[in-house]
Amino acid sequence: MRRYALQRLALAAPVLLGVLLIGFLLMQVVPTDPATVRAGPQATAEVVAAIRTELGLDEPIWTQFFLYLSRLAQGDLGVSIINSVPVTQELGATIGPTLELMFAALIWSIPLGILLGTLAAYWRGSWFDRITMAVSVAGVSLPVFFLGLVLIWIVGFQYQLLPFTGRGGPLWTMDGFLAVILPAVTLGGVFVGPVARMTRTAVVDSLTADHVRTARAKGLSEFRVVLRHALRNALIPVVTLIGLQIGFLLGGAVVTETIFSWPGVGRLAVGAILSADFPMAQGTIIVLSAGFIVINLTVDLLYAVLDPRVRLS
Amino acid sequence: MLLELENLATSFRTSSGEVRAVDGVSLTVQPGRTLGIVGESGCGKSVLSLSVMRLLAHPGRVVGGRVMLEGRDLLGLSGREMRALRGRDIAMIFQEPMTSLNPVHSVGFQITEALRAHDTTSSDSSLKRDAIAALERVRIPDPSKSFDKFPHQLSGGMRQRVMIAMALAGRPKLLIADEPTTALDVTVQAQILDLLRDLQAETGMGIILITHDLGVIAEMADDVAVMYAGRVVERASARELFEDPQHPYTLGLLGSIPRLDLDRERLTAIEGSVPPPFAWPPGCRFAPRCPFAEAACDAAPPPLRDLAPGHQAACLRAPL
Repeated sequence: MRRYALQRLALAAPVLLGVLLIGFLLMQVVPTDPATVRAGPQATAEVVAAIRTELGLDEPIWTQFFLYLSRLAQGDLGVSIINSVPVTQELGATIGPTLELMFAALIWSIPLGILLGTLAAYWRGSWFDRITMAVSVAGVSLPVFFLGLVLIWIVGFQYQLLPFTGRGGPLWTMDGFLAVILPAVTLGGVFVGPVARMTRTAVVDSLTADHVRTARAKGLSEFRVVLRHALRNALIPVVTLIGLQIGFLLGGAVVTETIFSWPGVGRLAVGAILSADFPMAQGTIIVLSAGFIVINLTVDLLYAVLDPRVRLS
Repeated sequence: MLLELENLATSFRTSSGEVRAVDGVSLTVQPGRTLGIVGESGCGKSVLSLSVMRLLAHPGRVVGGRVMLEGRDLLGLSGREMRALRGRDIAMIFQEPMTSLNPVHSVGFQITEALRAHDTTSSDSSLKRDAIAALERVRIPDPSKSFDKFPHQLSGGMRQRVMIAMALAGRPKLLIADEPTTALDVTVQAQILDLLRDLQAETGMGIILITHDLGVIAEMADDVAVMYAGRVVERASARELFEDPQHPYTLGLLGSIPRLDLDRERLTAIEGSVPPPFAWPPGCRFAPRCPFAEAACDAAPPPLRDLAPGHQAACLRAPL
């Protein structure tokens, strides 16, 4: 198990390096000179040249890459073109709210999706199955922004039941909790369908497995057969698929944060891109990509926890 | 009488109508004895065993007859009553020990779970002791260590032993073994059969042994039922069946076993193949492949007839 974990970790490292390289190259191709930006509009050519030397921009590109890595290691991702705030400082302030939103979206949508998918699989061919799957298809095809706008319009605007702009504070406070409901329902809402569909497929598959028949032949209750045998085994593919989907959910987070003015990395990224704040955009891209890598790593480790054949090999 | 099947019929609802896989089968199993059910694949022997367990997967269902276990008709029991009976009164082991155990749970978990299903009062540690004892009974080396192993860490023979341990953990009166040795090496096969015989002698359980292998029947069975196309075509004691087979199909099966004591150039095979349920002929279902067939065979399915005490065959031409 430990060897497997280290192996996965070692495999994640080059991917992270690749992400950093792409982030770095992104800065090379944009038509903005970091030295000019950092020096400010009133700076003389000498000052810009001095900053250029200081930042190592005269060095060959691969030297610059290593300089960039070493600055990154010290937590320096440059400063925002717009407001001169260090990028890392902005990122530090927005990661928390994004994680909060992801958590609030997943905490209800994954269990609900798994529950609906399992029941649909168990009663396959029934009305419950058909309706659940039809709604799921609708959910899969529903864009995040549409659900978000509908919720804002109806729940937030017409009936004024819940707040729909910004974050109300930490999750565990009343204001914070109320403020996260609509964004979390929006972001999680588009996730329930895919999870339900994947779970249904996997559980239908494992319900026909020989070992499920063995479980029934032992005299186990249907509840136990489905939970401990069919679903338990189906979780192995489901977790993998959910992991992949969470990656795409990061994209949904960008949209959701923008719609609900949620002060997270996604909204920061959109703002930075729209205002051509390249260092900031680069920082957010690195963070979102790193998030993707962490999720994949978590899935790999969960895989080992769920499957003894992986854990003990 | 431990188990008595009366006219059991099972069918599958398909898009092209009802298909009968088991068609009016009557059999009996005595305590402490082994009934062998033999036939080619597709003859309905596995469907028969799942019908007794009431574990048929949709769209299969029992459409007629009775399954009497010690005088109680299993077909009339509620789902809950039937569940209480499975694993405690009737247990079952399957052909593929590779896939019949759940790969994500340890061997010990799976046996303990079987015990727990029928025992809500004992402590976990006492169930664990029982599970280890069950592993010991099936002669698994180092049972307390094997308790924590996962199926993929065991060989095929060991997995089948685990299956047997699990099935017998609840001390059932009847064990249904569906091709228990088919997937195993020949030497391991013999060990598993020995084990089953010893456990039967120890517990006095009745066994239904389903196989396509007449060698296994010869080794294990007290009584034999030969199935063809959803029906029992011959029923006799094992000795009688091998010495004096009365149905042409049985004769054909016996002709296709390799034997060392006879100087035969090649094995005889039964011409053709078992017709699928939707293509069963109206008369004797074996008639199209039967060297003894005559015109009357195609008229109506021949009933099982007594030819000798305890020996019946469903053939118009019998005794052959």
